[in-house]
Amino acid sequence: MTSLNELTLAEARDGLKAKDFSATDLTRAHLDAMEKARALNAYLVETPDRAIAMAEAADARIAAGQARPLEGIPLGIKDLFCTEGVATTAGSKILEGFTPAYESAVTANLWRDGAVMLGKLNLDEFAMGSSNETSAYGDVVSPWRRAGSDAKLVPGGSSGGSAAAVAARLCLGATATDTGGSIRQPAAFTGTVGIKPTYGRCSRWGTVAYASSLDQAGPIARTVRDCAILLGSMAGQDARDTTCADLPVPDFEAAIARGVKGLTIGIPKEYRVEGMSAEIQALWDRGAAMLRDAGATLREISLPHTQYALPAYYIVAPAEASSNLARYDGVRYGLRVPGKDIAGLYENTRAAGFGREVKRRIMIGTYVLSAGYYDAYYVRAQRIRTLIKRDFEQAYASGIDAILTPATPSAAFGIGEKGSGDPVEMYLQDVFTITVNMAGLPGISVPAGLDAQGLPLGLQLIGRPFDEETLFAAAQVIEDAAGRTKLPAAWWA
Amino acid sequence: MSVDATTVRRIAHLARIAVSEDEVAPLQGELNAILAFVEQLGAVDVMGVEPMTSVTPMAMKKREDVVTDGAKADAIVANAPETEDHYFLVPKVVE
Amino acid sequence: MTAAVNPKKLIKGGLHDWEVVIGMEIHAQVTSRSKLFSGASTEFGGEPNDHVSLVDAAMPGMLPVINEECVAQAVRTGLGLKAQINHRSVFDRKNYFYPDLPQGYQISQFKDPIVGEGEVLVDLPDGESITVGIERLHLEQDAGKSLHDQNPTQSFVDLNRSGVALMEIVSRPDLRSSEEARAYVTKLRTILRYLGTCDGDMEKGSLRADVNVSVRKPGDPLGTRCEIKNVNSIRFIGQAIETEARRQIAIIEDGGTISQETRLFDPGKGETRSMRSKEEAHDYRYFPDPDLLPLEFDQAYVDALAAGLPELPDAKKARFIESYGLSAYDAGVLIAERASADYFEAVAKGRDGKAAANWVINELFGRLNKEGRGIEATPVSADQLGAIVDLIGEGVISGKIAKDLFEIVWSEGGDPRQIVESRGMKQVTDTGAIEAAVDEIIAKNPEKVQQAKEKPTLLGWFVGQTMKATGGKANPAAVNALLKAKLGIE
Ligand SMILES: [Mg+2]
Ligand SMILES: [Zn+2]
Repeated sequence: MTSLNELTLAEARDGLKAKDFSATDLTRAHLDAMEKARALNAYLVETPDRAIAMAEAADARIAAGQARPLEGIPLGIKDLFCTEGVATTAGSKILEGFTPAYESAVTANLWRDGAVMLGKLNLDEFAMGSSNETSAYGDVVSPWRRAGSDAKLVPGGSSGGSAAAVAARLCLGATATDTGGSIRQPAAFTGTVGIKPTYGRCSRWGTVAYASSLDQAGPIARTVRDCAILLGSMAGQDARDTTCADLPVPDFEAAIARGVKGLTIGIPKEYRVEGMSAEIQALWDRGAAMLRDAGATLREISLPHTQYALPAYYIVAPAEASSNLARYDGVRYGLRVPGKDIAGLYENTRAAGFGREVKRRIMIGTYVLSAGYYDAYYVRAQRIRTLIKRDFEQAYASGIDAILTPATPSAAFGIGEKGSGDPVEMYLQDVFTITVNMAGLPGISVPAGLDAQGLPLGLQLIGRPFDEETLFAAAQVIEDAAGRTKLPAAWWA
Repeated sequence: MSVDATTVRRIAHLARIAVSEDEVAPLQGELNAILAFVEQLGAVDVMGVEPMTSVTPMAMKKREDVVTDGAKADAIVANAPETEDHYFLVPKVVE
Repeated sequence: MTAAVNPKKLIKGGLHDWEVVIGMEIHAQVTSRSKLFSGASTEFGGEPNDHVSLVDAAMPGMLPVINEECVAQAVRTGLGLKAQINHRSVFDRKNYFYPDLPQGYQISQFKDPIVGEGEVLVDLPDGESITVGIERLHLEQDAGKSLHDQNPTQSFVDLNRSGVALMEIVSRPDLRSSEEARAYVTKLRTILRYLGTCDGDMEKGSLRADVNVSVRKPGDPLGTRCEIKNVNSIRFIGQAIETEARRQIAIIEDGGTISQETRLFDPGKGETRSMRSKEEAHDYRYFPDPDLLPLEFDQAYVDALAAGLPELPDAKKARFIESYGLSAYDAGVLIAERASADYFEAVAKGRDGKAAANWVINELFGRLNKEGRGIEATPVSADQLGAIVDLIGEGVISGKIAKDLFEIVWSEGGDPRQIVESRGMKQVTDTGAIEAAVDEIIAKNPEKVQQAKEKPTLLGWFVGQTMKATGGKANPAAVNALLKAKLGIE
């Protein structure tokens, strides 16, 4: 029998319902796996006592016939979500020792539905990164290796801990967040499925903010169905977040069976970027063929402002971040480093508490908002954002139901390989995903095959606003056609 | 546009991040690399285009004017590095 | 505004006369139960950090949600200032670091405020009036409070005020003297209190003024201004302007120049001084708050709020002049507080308006002022005062007796009619009794009678004697008529 942590979330749910095993057994299997996987550095905090207590409560409910949608399902939580009574760091030294007195909306929804918390997952500091190398608590090591090599690879970022934990079977699914690709890129790197829902689908209340107008929570899991199940619980209206949509949450799980017959899928020519590898091009073509074979019509479309999304993002996101991160000042929580006066305290605390990439983005953001530069940078970037969104609106208005693109320009790279001299080299990781955040659209990354070195590659589907259902349907078609990616054996254990 | 060392120090101060002298040059290089990268936005014709204010168009939700929160000074100061009698303490501020 | 320079308002310098130019930014606390973006109480005072939510303390991941009543209050105020109401406004972040600013930014409105241009009509004590332009009104968050004298090396931070809604009301530089400035703030305060959008309590900091002062030779372009921050009483506003204007004049006349800066008024020392801590070059990096959508509403919303507004001071004043025949001055005094105006109207109802105004202003207000009480604390109700006015009108008591009666009602209470009855205060209208007294006085003072025929002003002496003889209760009109007839004075 496969060990319980190898099950998909849906299988585990059904097994619990059938009383094939208990929630406590399921949770223990995960806690054991986590203990053996510490070399991956995926979890920042393990919460075994809480996990067991929650699992026991779940077993009681199952026994009483009162199981809720996620009853007894063990999950990992990205350490960007505030969890009541459990340390929350955002991967930063500046929040060292911070224990929130509140539970984020998204995690509260999961616990409401009966899920079990295993612990808090590593991430790039304040979700700023594409490789999980900016965490103040060490790099996350991908469970994947190149064929015939034991070089450590990155899991992608910023939700690198989430993706690695899901791929390494250290949880059945994980929460994640995506500001420029932070769910979809690590999912693609680790052979997992990740969806960034439409901006406003999940409440941002209680999730540490990076860039407010771009941040969205979503799940990473091992199958399309598992993602659909998790998003169904995470999403929902919240009066505490003004930007959260007052829309009912559809039955996402039901949507995966819809297929793509009759749908028109757009292939945006601008994503055929210069220097794209033949491997990625071939993957993309295969994905298109899978959808065509399932009954979709494919049509080339144009999203003319695509190339400007990434540079515009590196104005908008740092600008918002520079302001969002002003609250980390050593006064009310987190790190404090004394100084000769209050300004000295601020400067020393923030110098010691923030890592290099965070400082860089705060400074760029401060600069582009400062007097004399605001219009040239920030306002211009926001105008370009309008143009980017308009590109998508025109495509959808012309009858496109969803758009297919590669998820990343390449497979996972090695730890320390990228971005040490020029930060932009790392930023280019998000070239295919970032447009989606800029336009507030939903995007899903689904594994579609392996590269020549045996590393997973993902395809991205982009949908209409609040039409995640079509994405689940199309992603399921790809998952079925490509076959589920075989995850690496536990070399780390 | 690019930044010089003086600007790097000015921004760092505005952002309240202490920067040592030997950090200035590398920071300047990195910031200029980013600024060079975003330079291409200058090529886009944005005449008459509204800057985006909300990516999902909807009406702003509002609260009723009722007191629903507060009375939890313990929780408010629980994580603070230094407190006294439920006050946050900071080095003396001269006005 | 290019009003002609009023020479009376110029300040004498050593070399020539100077015109002072004043503009004001008033921070008025919005009357609401909870804060602008959180559900914590706005109640004044409280234990440290007790009226604080996770949002107000800027805990990670906390988000603002706007209080609909604060929006309505801003719109009401805009209507009261005859201002343009903007159907779409935007909240911006004003970024700076300060211990009482937990978010590291203040949520305010910069480019697109909720209320645009308006005006306030200000009556001056000399009877003139000026119109002061309102540039804008916007909503923003108040900061917390730092206490500096609890400890020699540390400041104590309390966030109870953090996030309370403020309206910042910015005037045009239309004011030309400290007196105009005081009258402007007084009038603005009256309007806010009528509207119920701000209690105007300056002692509690509900109304604070930042005063921009510059001086120039009449006819010159505007001089460099200094901003005097957070002046918290109307008296101090006047003093601060005088002090600052003289400081600037002295500098310029000495050949110096004014540097634009933020200053603080020290009422104890009677001087303004530079706030060096605030002098550091500020770069607030305003940008729209991405946590909040634009604030939008339609004309129907504005119309509904307009329909619910009370009668405002200017309209009330006009009506008092029109329907009660009051002087502009009296009407102005009565409408200064809504409660006073209401009191007056209760007294005036079904009575002579002028008589009612007279009694309210001269007797009641005079007495209240003497005791330092407000109209809310009057021991004489409008019904009681109305009864006194009636008794005079009916000729039951004389004006003089009425003052005694007022005094009794003030200190002992009671029904004025019963008091007059039980204490025998009715005036004597029985001409027989008065005639007897008059005859007696005429008989006793033949020389005076003689003199009075030549000098009719002596009539007053006879009136006095008669009143004295009747214990002040004789009807003065009857006494006058009788005396005139008997003395043969026309
Ligand atoms: Mg990323
Ligand atoms: Zn203000």
